[in-house]
Amino acid sequence: MNTFRILVVDDEIDFQETIVNRLKKRNLHAIGVASGEDAIQALEDELYDVVLLDIKMPGGMDGIETLREIKRIQPLVEVLLLTGHASVETSIEGMKQGAFDYLIKPVKFDDLLNKMAQAFQKKAAHDSKIRDAKIQELIRYPSRVFGQEEEDGKDF
Amino acid sequence: MKRTLYKKLKIKLISITLVVSIGPLVLLGAAIYYQFNKIYKAQIEDQILHLAKSESNALDVFLKERTSILAMIVETQSFEMLSKQQNLSHLFKAVNRRTEGLGLVDLGIIDQHGQQLAYAGPYSLYGLNYFEQPWFDEVMRRGTYISDVYMGFRQVPHFIIAVKGESGSSNWILRATIDSEIFNRLVRSAQVGGTGDAYIINQEGFFQTSPRFDGAVLSRSNINTQRFGEGTTVVEQKDSKGGTRFIGGSWLKGDDWMLVVSQAGREKSGWMGGARNTAILIIVIGGVAILLAIVLISHTLFRHLERSDREIGELSAQMIQQDKLAALGKMATGIAHEINNPLAVIGEKAGWMADLLADEEFQNSQNYMEFATSIEKIEEHVDRAKKITHSMLGFARRMEPRLDDVEINTVLDRTIEMLNNHARINNIEIRKRYSDQLPVIASDESQLQQVFMNLINNAVDAIGNDGIIEVTTKRKDQWLIIGISDDGPGIPRSVQKRVFDPFYTTKPNGKGTGLGLSISYRIIEKMGGNIRLESEEGQGTAFLVYLPVVLPEKK
Repeated sequence: MNTFRILVVDDEIDFQETIVNRLKKRNLHAIGVASGEDAIQALEDELYDVVLLDIKMPGGMDGIETLREIKRIQPLVEVLLLTGHASVETSIEGMKQGAFDYLIKPVKFDDLLNKMAQAFQKKAAHDSKIRDAKIQELIRYPSRVFGQEEEDGKDF
Repeated sequence: MKRTLYKKLKIKLISITLVVSIGPLVLLGAAIYYQFNKIYKAQIEDQILHLAKSESNALDVFLKERTSILAMIVETQSFEMLSKQQNLSHLFKAVNRRTEGLGLVDLGIIDQHGQQLAYAGPYSLYGLNYFEQPWFDEVMRRGTYISDVYMGFRQVPHFIIAVKGESGSSNWILRATIDSEIFNRLVRSAQVGGTGDAYIINQEGFFQTSPRFDGAVLSRSNINTQRFGEGTTVVEQKDSKGGTRFIGGSWLKGDDWMLVVSQAGREKSGWMGGARNTAILIIVIGGVAILLAIVLISHTLFRHLERSDREIGELSAQMIQQDKLAALGKMATGIAHEINNPLAVIGEKAGWMADLLADEEFQNSQNYMEFATSIEKIEEHVDRAKKITHSMLGFARRMEPRLDDVEINTVLDRTIEMLNNHARINNIEIRKRYSDQLPVIASDESQLQQVFMNLINNAVDAIGNDGIIEVTTKRKDQWLIIGISDDGPGIPRSVQKRVFDPFYTTKPNGKGTGLGLSISYRIIEKMGGNIRLESEEGQGTAFLVYLPVVLPEKK
């Protein structure tokens, strides 16, 4: 199935790899990179639907600059900011630069998936011509898109 | 501490100002008083001096006049003629008839053996011998003699004037008795005013005339004649009542007698005493006015000072609290960030393990469930840790309130509804006492709910089991006051100051983050309000939330 493409950007390799693995396990196409530069390289090579971007400490302009660059390369990609620190200024700055939303680590995987689903929805709305059919499917049967994930985390 | 400091400072200020302002006034007063006294004294002394001089002159004249008359008789009449009783009586009558007020009581002729040869007068003194009398020698030696006052044979105070006559080789004496009364009257004319006195004393200080006060003729006076100089002098003397008397003494009768004119120090006030009293009165009134002004001014000054000091103290306490919160906020942010990243990794790893566990073949193996529950536990505890770090971040976050139209009573109702179950389980009754006059205000409902939830939750925790929580609302001027009080154990005074500090908690480990009250405090502070704590150990605790009445903008 032609699935969503997710880019995970985090220099905390343990975290990044695990997230990628867990997304892959849910039949999502996920790629992990450890730096802003790598992320930009990846975006130049391929199209993505959602970028999960870790921003650092308050005033972490690396994150914000990467975001700006991402939006320049692929304006339609939805960026979810992830941070260990909820600095309103940084988050507002991120939202101004076009980020979809932000989440504070550690985040429940379900919440992350829900946020992503919303981001996909938005992305899909933008790409309505190409992805119209997929949106319909997504709205009606989100569980089909994300496979087996349930609240108690058990497989079926 | 501060109060006593102020008290000391106040006393210091008042005393310095008093000394500086009243000091010169008092000095001036003293100088004026001294000057007045000096002038007054000089004046009174002058008066007494004059009086004593003129009076003593008059007395001198009185005595000389009588001595002259006797001397003239002695010079012009012969002893033989005068020693005839008949002739002497005739002369006595003639002299008394011719000179009025001469005061001559009797006359006597005494020969050189002291024998009275002739006598004219009311007493029967004929034939007495005066040879043994002390004055007899005096007359023989000096020629004339005026005696002190004495009682003599007749037992009435009197004095005599005696003049010696010479006829050939034999001497004789003409002796006259002077009426004390006429002499007294003369002296008394110098007794002026209410306290003035005048009398004559002899060298030993015995009264020769009767004084106006304190004494009788021939008794001893309290005047020491040694204190007086030649001629006429004035001295000061304390009297028995502690007052001052000015005493003028003027020698008479060849320094045998002294005329004493005395005057009490206070009496002769006149215009000068009045002026002095006026000056003293003005100074006293001025002093009292200055005293009052100084006390009043310093009182006002220090009241202002104390008030502004208190305000500064409160302000700096607030600033310290804010600084503390800000610093802790920064620290909390850093710690939260550092913990959140590893927590995220742990969480995700556990999740990943759960994902993988589902694929494994040993689902029926003995330990499968153990793995599954362990993973669940890890996730659960990551979640718990996350709650702590997130509330730390929430504390650090700037909480700009959103403005809704808020009905406080409704917000409280909703909050209480959420907590009622929990309270009921612990047998805690939540009583509401709302004012129905509260306006709708513009505030942030969810933040308010967070605060109320926190405060009521604390109250429930404080009581533990069986108790009453009372939630009240009222309006006071520009404030809404929400009171949440419990009948729990109360908060010790030593702890009360710290309850709003971040990370301060008395709850058991893991039960509280110590952030609830501190976040609540910040939320209400941001809204322009205040949370106050009233607690008495053993009697319960009341938190009072003060919210400013901010009316919503008209839409």
